[in-house]
Amino acid sequence: MARRRLDLTFPPRQATKAITYHLVRDFDLVPNILRAQIQPAQEGRMLLELTGSAEQFEAGVAFLRAEGIGVREAASDICLDDERCVVCGLCTAVCRPGALTLAEGTAELVFDKDKCVYCEACVVACPRRAVTLRF
Amino acid sequence: MTKSWEEINARIASGEAVVMTAEEFAVLAAEDGVSAAARTVDVVTTGTFGPMCSSGVFLNFGHSDPPIKMASITLNDVPASGGLAAVDTYLGATEPSVTRGIEYGGAHVIEDLLRGRAVRLKATGPGTDCYPRTEIDTYVTLEDLNQAYLFNPRNCYQNYAVAVNSGDRALYTYLGTLLPRFANATYSSAGALSPLLNDPTYRAIGVGTRCFVAGAPGYVAWEGTQHNPNQERDENGVPVGPAGTLAFIADLKQASHEFFSAATFERYGVSAFVGIGIPIPVLDEDLAATLALTDADLSATVFDYGVQRRSRPALGRVTYAELRSGQIEIEGRPIPTGPISSLPVARRIAAELKRWITEHRFTLNPPLQPLPQPGSQGVKPLEIRSEEAI
Repeated sequence: MARRRLDLTFPPRQATKAITYHLVRDFDLVPNILRAQIQPAQEGRMLLELTGSAEQFEAGVAFLRAEGIGVREAASDICLDDERCVVCGLCTAVCRPGALTLAEGTAELVFDKDKCVYCEACVVACPRRAVTLRF
Repeated sequence: MTKSWEEINARIASGEAVVMTAEEFAVLAAEDGVSAAARTVDVVTTGTFGPMCSSGVFLNFGHSDPPIKMASITLNDVPASGGLAAVDTYLGATEPSVTRGIEYGGAHVIEDLLRGRAVRLKATGPGTDCYPRTEIDTYVTLEDLNQAYLFNPRNCYQNYAVAVNSGDRALYTYLGTLLPRFANATYSSAGALSPLLNDPTYRAIGVGTRCFVAGAPGYVAWEGTQHNPNQERDENGVPVGPAGTLAFIADLKQASHEFFSAATFERYGVSAFVGIGIPIPVLDEDLAATLALTDADLSATVFDYGVQRRSRPALGRVTYAELRSGQIEIEGRPIPTGPISSLPVARRIAAELKRWITEHRFTLNPPLQPLPQPGSQGVKPLEIRSEEAI
């Protein structure tokens, strides 16, 4: 089983098609939509986590591409600006999945990307505006 | 064992003083005992870097030609006081911008000045015989100003509340976002490194204490506003909730943006992270005993901010070691914690102050006047009265 995060770009004409339904039914993939901005007649974006076998994952991605959807691995979507960050730790207080924590002892900020669900609670909570979401 | 201020200053001046941060001192005291540590060490340095709303700067702009008596003043669209002499002002850290609201405020103007950036000064005045100009629109930098000094009426709280929220909706507070139904707890103290937790009865810290203020050498100017020495104390005499406070003065031109950082708290307002470090002389074993206290020995009281009144219900007491572990337990339920005061920067401040003392021979001032002591004044509430009731 593999779990991968994809950053999908939907061309305007595609934005209403039931993509996740096909990923489940045709490829036995488990989708988890972490973030989405999809509106009719506009380019859409979706941050999608897919869990399934490596084979089915590749097939699913091929299906998405055939449908005209831009597919790339989600990269560093949450950006921490070290220049602005004062390591107060307030972001860790609102991070329910525990992706942002303070290291034991040093109290330095640690970000575990795999745990992040892109809820943006840290973006809003950061008093230094040091956290941004690239999407 | 006792040491006098004069002996300690003589050792600093000759470069022989043994200086440790409060964390280093606690380790030594645990290994060798408090008595031995007290004999070995002359000065213990402390540090804290948290949001301190009651901060601001006095500025003097110099006179334009023809001159103006500034009555209405903004700096980068943030209003400053027009209630002083012609070209003097006070800019408060929490003042929001008239154009950008709480995303940019007085603290951001101060940080921009510290970063060497030009700030737009706009003012209007009534026009008088001696100050005929009625309008001005120009740019100033920190270097241009005649005087620029921080005067912070309340910094460096001796302990603080731990905040939780029993309600059904998130609360946006000066202690950050409090998630509903006890989903998190926030706290704001440097714990074992905090200046006033290391000198709980204000023996070494008083009016005139030389210290580290936002990266500049500064002074304790007075007791801070809402100074409350009568807060409940534990068996070590250390307050278990918000207690003493300090007012500080320091030259902004010698301060650094590394130790004064503007902050915006969502749906609350503007504030500033201010770095304060105070050196404490190891005068005797009693003082050494409190200097040796660790996060496991220091407690804070948990308050329910879900009750939006002046007196919020207290739900128990937790130690700073528990808070720093990332989870506390209140009434049987585990609650994740997060700080709002930076421990890494507090450590840097304590280390920097130690360097000032050992390398720059930064000597200590005994208090010119003590702070109000336990048993004296408390904090009075504001009652809402009608004219008839006066």
